[in-house]
Amino acid sequence: MTKTSPLAKLYIALVFIFLYAPMVVMMVFSFNSSESTYIFEGFSLQWYERLFHDKVTMDALKNTIVLAITSAAIATILGTLAAVGLNSMKNKHIKSSVMTVTNIPMMNPEIVTGISMMLLFVFAGAMFSKRDVLGFGTLLVAHVTFQLPYVILSVLPKLKQTDNKIFEAAQDLGCHPLKAFFKVVFPAILPGIISGAIMAFTLSLDDFIISYFTNGPDFQTLPIHIFSMTKKRVKPDMYALSTLIFGAMFVLLILMNVAQSRSDKKQRSKGDK
Amino acid sequence: MKKSSFAQKLMNAPYIIWSVLFIVAPLIMVIYYAFTDSTGAFTLSNIAQIGDYATTFVLSISYGAIATVICLLIAYPFAYFLAQTKASFQSVATMLVMLPMWMSFLIRTYSWITILGESGVINSFLGLFGIEPLQMLNTGGAVILGMVYNFLPYMILPLYTAMSKMDKSLIEAAQDLGCNKFYCLRKVIFPLTIPGIASGVTMVFVPSVSTFYISQKLGGGQITLIGDVIEGQFQTAYNYNLGAALSLVLMVMILICLGVLNYFTDSDDDGGVLI
Amino acid sequence: MKKIISLVITLLIVLSAFIIPVSAENEIFSTEVVEYYKSLGLQGTTINVYNWGEYIDDEEIDVITQFERLTGCDVNYTTFESNENMYSKLSGGGVSYDIIIPSDYMVERLLSEEMLLPLDYNNIPNYEKYFDSEKYGYLVENGISDYAVIYNVGTTILIYNKKFVDEIPTSWKVLWDEQYKGKVLMFNNPRDAFAVAQFALGQSINTTNMADWDVAADYLLEQRKLVKPEYVMDEVFIKMESGEYAFATYYAGDYELMVENNPDLGFAFPEEGVNTFYDAMCIPKGSQNKKGAEAFINFMMEPEIALANAEYIYYATPNKAVLENEDYSLADSEAVYPENLQNTQEFHNLPTDTLQYMNNLWMKVKGENDAGGLYAGFFSAIVVIVVILIIHIIKKNRMKKYYNV
Repeated sequence: MTKTSPLAKLYIALVFIFLYAPMVVMMVFSFNSSESTYIFEGFSLQWYERLFHDKVTMDALKNTIVLAITSAAIATILGTLAAVGLNSMKNKHIKSSVMTVTNIPMMNPEIVTGISMMLLFVFAGAMFSKRDVLGFGTLLVAHVTFQLPYVILSVLPKLKQTDNKIFEAAQDLGCHPLKAFFKVVFPAILPGIISGAIMAFTLSLDDFIISYFTNGPDFQTLPIHIFSMTKKRVKPDMYALSTLIFGAMFVLLILMNVAQSRSDKKQRSKGDK
Repeated sequence: MKKSSFAQKLMNAPYIIWSVLFIVAPLIMVIYYAFTDSTGAFTLSNIAQIGDYATTFVLSISYGAIATVICLLIAYPFAYFLAQTKASFQSVATMLVMLPMWMSFLIRTYSWITILGESGVINSFLGLFGIEPLQMLNTGGAVILGMVYNFLPYMILPLYTAMSKMDKSLIEAAQDLGCNKFYCLRKVIFPLTIPGIASGVTMVFVPSVSTFYISQKLGGGQITLIGDVIEGQFQTAYNYNLGAALSLVLMVMILICLGVLNYFTDSDDDGGVLI
Repeated sequence: MKKIISLVITLLIVLSAFIIPVSAENEIFSTEVVEYYKSLGLQGTTINVYNWGEYIDDEEIDVITQFERLTGCDVNYTTFESNENMYSKLSGGGVSYDIIIPSDYMVERLLSEEMLLPLDYNNIPNYEKYFDSEKYGYLVENGISDYAVIYNVGTTILIYNKKFVDEIPTSWKVLWDEQYKGKVLMFNNPRDAFAVAQFALGQSINTTNMADWDVAADYLLEQRKLVKPEYVMDEVFIKMESGEYAFATYYAGDYELMVENNPDLGFAFPEEGVNTFYDAMCIPKGSQNKKGAEAFINFMMEPEIALANAEYIYYATPNKAVLENEDYSLADSEAVYPENLQNTQEFHNLPTDTLQYMNNLWMKVKGENDAGGLYAGFFSAIVVIVVILIIHIIKKNRMKKYYNV
């Protein structure tokens, strides 16, 4: 295990400072006693108080999280299935064309994806004479669609790394293919699945443009809510909200790290015995 | 597995149906709108109008390219150093890199105004030493900074994955054979991480070229990129046809740039290395 | 697996912390009002409201929650940031809203495209009681009042910083004065920005003469050269309050908001004229709950609610009960309630080809990029790529020669 040089540590620290500078600004200004997000006047908790009475913002937050979890779950399942299927596809032509199609949402500017999906949904709605076609369903479909490439591209490399022979060996030993899959292949590609899921969740949380065009009147997400404040000012209550979310995630991260190091210690002590 | 079993076909089917419905069909709609006018008749006038925006296209691609290169330069050493730290630190660090992406994009961009503004954090700090306030906002530099900041994690993650997957024994072997650090980097490390570079560049270049919010807020509305133009066509002018045409041309340009990139990576890896 | 589970659990904990029930407040309405809304029979129904962001009170009185409490009707409240955004959502089809709150020219457009439902004023008794038809009725003549009830009224305004500007400005042309280079904030949307230029040039802000628009666009381009203005919308607040800028164009009520945080600010209504606007509540076609929507409009005109909204939004209200209320803090504001404004103009809906022409001009004005250096960079990048390509191909050929690959 090479020891990390002080230069390396410094560089890593600098990059993290760069990444988190706006976070610090956000946290500081969430306690601002004035409405400004630019000049800090004094310390106050008013924005946090205001946040708890703000039904519209809380609804938007709840919607955003529900949507992110649901769409990430669906995208992960669908994407993993697709990756497994693609990996064992024999026909080179179909395989490469499917891969190209998979890459399209990644290469498309978001506004194009958003508008084209809206046009598609409205067109479909007109065909089935349904008026209120835009809603949670269409939003969910749109989110899953742009998350799928990322899931597939996370799982596929792991699948390639997995030795197919072990899978065949398991089947030779009498395992049903499905069981063999879950016992052999699935654990090996699990890191890829998890990374894909986290990526999908992240993308969905902050998506504005695609959500704007495909959502309906009863489901507003937080990014849309914040973006619609462009006529009046963005007040520090949004900063307060972001600080709280950040705080929660940070605590979770620390908890996970503690749990991980504890299980590592257990494993090490087991190994010693 | 010799023949494609029914189970396999079953696994592929949902995704293929989904992609046809929700990836291919919308794309066809974009192409349809690009080549028709508001009455639905076929026309090439939308494509002809693109000429007006040639400078904006060039500008956007330049900005995107510069932002991508800067991201690469920052992320490459970071990924390399990170891959050498303790395993427990690595997993925490990966999550820490992703965490800012969970905060609202708008709020993050706003915070940069607070940092870079004339009475902002940096200038107040410089003011302590009696240095005159610098003009940082409303410049191209601020826009590029915004792009780099927002998309840096997308470059770090694939690079880090590639770095951590790298077989360390190869580097040790090369060092045993007598090459110095720099040569090692060029001949051993760099080629092994090319798939990671390709993924990272794709994930940063595409959104950078088509971004529309960063240029408005950090550029003081004085810098207009192609994303702003497309957004204007769809949102304000209701000229869906021109907007679709601009989007189509943008997509083609991005594909060309990425195709050139692919040529250099030379991999027949038909999946990128993402995470 | 563990990671996912703990992630989900934490998220749920975070979520539940935010679902705090609204604390019981004192009843602010009279019994008759409470009885009236209860008797409407809207319990269990829903309305979809589509409004501007931050355009309803949620500080003093949570208007939405109060409405839901009194009527039993659920409100889905979503927001938009521009009329055009709202229109593209509405015209795309696929959504049905019960209340939308567009601006004047957008109301006209929706009306001309028959996208609004006529209002049944029997369900909006507060209109007769509280709407100041004398003062504001003219804004909704020509049949518009059959379809829309004004929510807010306002004008554009010129805000200046007394530190940079000695005398009160009298003309929009001061925004073209080179001495204020780098210190001017303009609207970042085409109609408002062009309106500033058109007032300065003495044009009609609703002209359909393309030549007029060309002249206005050239004037704006001149402004870019002389003054290098920044085009902003909501950032105007933090920028003007910071004291770094000399001028801003924005909406009248927002001046009052800004001057609270920076007392150096002053306002002026240039002689060439300002734009008066109104935002009105309408019911779009496709509404599923017209009765609920009309009850909502009526509720917004309740004196307590109208006062809370007026104090929150800072724009002028056409509600007599608010104007006569002693507690109303903005009643004497000269910015929000100016007297004897001359040469005001309202926005009207422009025909599609004018709109597209204006937009193309706007893109030209915004697109004036100082990009000499970048072109150089771009072309040198192409040269570098071509050189690399050539080296690559030469190397490959050499490999083939030596190794028969």
